[in-house]
Amino acid sequence: MTGIHGDELEGQLVCFYVAKKIRENPGKLLGTVDIYPATNPLGIDSVTRGIPGFDLDMNRIFPGEPDGTLTEYVATRIIQDLVGSDLCLDIHASNIYLTEVPQIRINELFRERLVPIAQEANVDFIWVHGANTVLESTLAHSLNSLDVPALVVEMGVGMRLTPAYARQLTDGIFHLMNRLHIWKDDVENPVKKPVFSQDPDEVCYLNAPVSGIFLKKRCHGEIVRKGDEIGSILNPYTGEVLQCVAAPESGWLFTIREYPVVEEGSLLARILIRKADEL
Amino acid sequence: MKKELLYTIPSLYRDDFRIHGYRFGQGRKALCIVGSMRGNEYQQLYTCSRLVSILKGLEADGSLSSEDEILVIPALNPGSMNIEKRFWPKDNTDINRMFPGYRLGETTQRVAAGIFNQISVYENGIQFPSFYMPGNFSSHVRIMKTGYENVEKARAFGLPYIVLKVPKPYDTTTLNYNWQIWETDAFSLYGTVTDSIDEASAQELIQSVLRFLKAYGLLKREIPAGMDSIVFTDRDLITLRPKTSGIFRCLASAGARVQKGQLLAQILDACEGEIIEEIRSSDSGILFFTHNRPLVYANTAVFKLLSSSLAAAPI
Ligand SMILES: [Zn+2]
Repeated sequence: MTGIHGDELEGQLVCFYVAKKIRENPGKLLGTVDIYPATNPLGIDSVTRGIPGFDLDMNRIFPGEPDGTLTEYVATRIIQDLVGSDLCLDIHASNIYLTEVPQIRINELFRERLVPIAQEANVDFIWVHGANTVLESTLAHSLNSLDVPALVVEMGVGMRLTPAYARQLTDGIFHLMNRLHIWKDDVENPVKKPVFSQDPDEVCYLNAPVSGIFLKKRCHGEIVRKGDEIGSILNPYTGEVLQCVAAPESGWLFTIREYPVVEEGSLLARILIRKADEL
Repeated sequence: MKKELLYTIPSLYRDDFRIHGYRFGQGRKALCIVGSMRGNEYQQLYTCSRLVSILKGLEADGSLSSEDEILVIPALNPGSMNIEKRFWPKDNTDINRMFPGYRLGETTQRVAAGIFNQISVYENGIQFPSFYMPGNFSSHVRIMKTGYENVEKARAFGLPYIVLKVPKPYDTTTLNYNWQIWETDAFSLYGTVTDSIDEASAQELIQSVLRFLKAYGLLKREIPAGMDSIVFTDRDLITLRPKTSGIFRCLASAGARVQKGQLLAQILDACEGEIIEEIRSSDSGILFFTHNRPLVYANTAVFKLLSSSLAAAPI
């Protein structure tokens, strides 16, 4: 599944690679693989994140309503179509503002079942987060509640493709398919051992203290030391540096701001706090 | 009345973002009124701005209680309104999905927290919101059914209807819901329209607020009595949907009393102009909500009908 947010395109390439590999190796396919490149087709087609028209976030309308509006009806039918699957991946690409390392986000309610599967998905990071009422209306939550293991992948950045990430996740998907006996490959490539975090205090959020232009100095996936400059907020009118943004803790920079225009509060980076010897 | 700056964000490319409040009286934190939160809520802004003007007059002639405080915030999101955008200018987030807010979070979480911190201390909260679907409503008070809702108090508005909304997951981040959780009696007042101005509807809501002020001792002046509100939950409404998509020719308006079988709308083929479907009322009652866009998709909830078995008012 991908394209629930019409401005997140990284999943398009993953769908392409998965479909291509299946096309080229039909004999290896032992099960049914459904590919949904455009869960929100009007959104992708019109460069719109939400559902065009009234700007609804499609990932807040699940499980939908059979007698509901067009969108609620679509949500219901999608769920009906997915129920019974051995596994579902819902591939997101952050948004247009932030770049993310390939990661799987898991609601703590479903941790026991999902973490072992996520470990085999060839991602860099598994992030178990707290339960949140609002997230109950997401596709993944609805599926997990209906006993379909559903993993939420976040990787790359909105409106762009990152081919290396798409290949990495494609490898992970075939690895999982092999494990589930949907795919038969005699050679099994090893998968990455992901960084794992389930303690909310381990993740440090950097928000813009002032409005301006954010120039990033470090890239997502890099190790940073406490005090390192992550980037700076500039004033293009005056040539002043309004604020240097430094890492408040040492750790792993797994999210970085991509979209330069920021205002007070805009998220600039996330750091997974780790001691030097753990990195 | 004191005009106060409640929240501000310095901006690089345009004037600073500012939320202003208008404070009447001082003492017991009696009532807070919030107008528009989204950039297309013009009617909500208009209603609230007229209310500020009326309260100013009432205060000047000594008709407002001097021991109680009323705070009015006509525009929570002027930055979006100025550019005709419904949601937040930079990231398209909705302030009314950010409550109670987070002081150290992203911009709209900060706005929500900065405002909520100041308005959650009031005994009563009134909000003029808009619905997530485009359409016109029959005037009503809407209350989230949290277990803390105060239906009896809502009768003081004297509006024809009180609707109890059973919250969905995404409702838990609205102002109305969080006000209730923080022990403010919260009421959302819906008029007919959102992105245009309807004078009669604004007057109706202003009168209902004044009636509420009177009932709770905030106003020392007689206000004409209101209606005896009919109370129901949003799930009691009958939804009518077309089977086809096309041009929506609406033949009835929100608030109208309709008969079973009455023609309410026609759907026309969008290019050939033929009537391809008729929508008739499945029951007699009050049209509570009508779709207000020129086009319609199949299965859109175009009418919500309050059956006459619930709408027991005389014809
Ligand atoms: Zn997404």
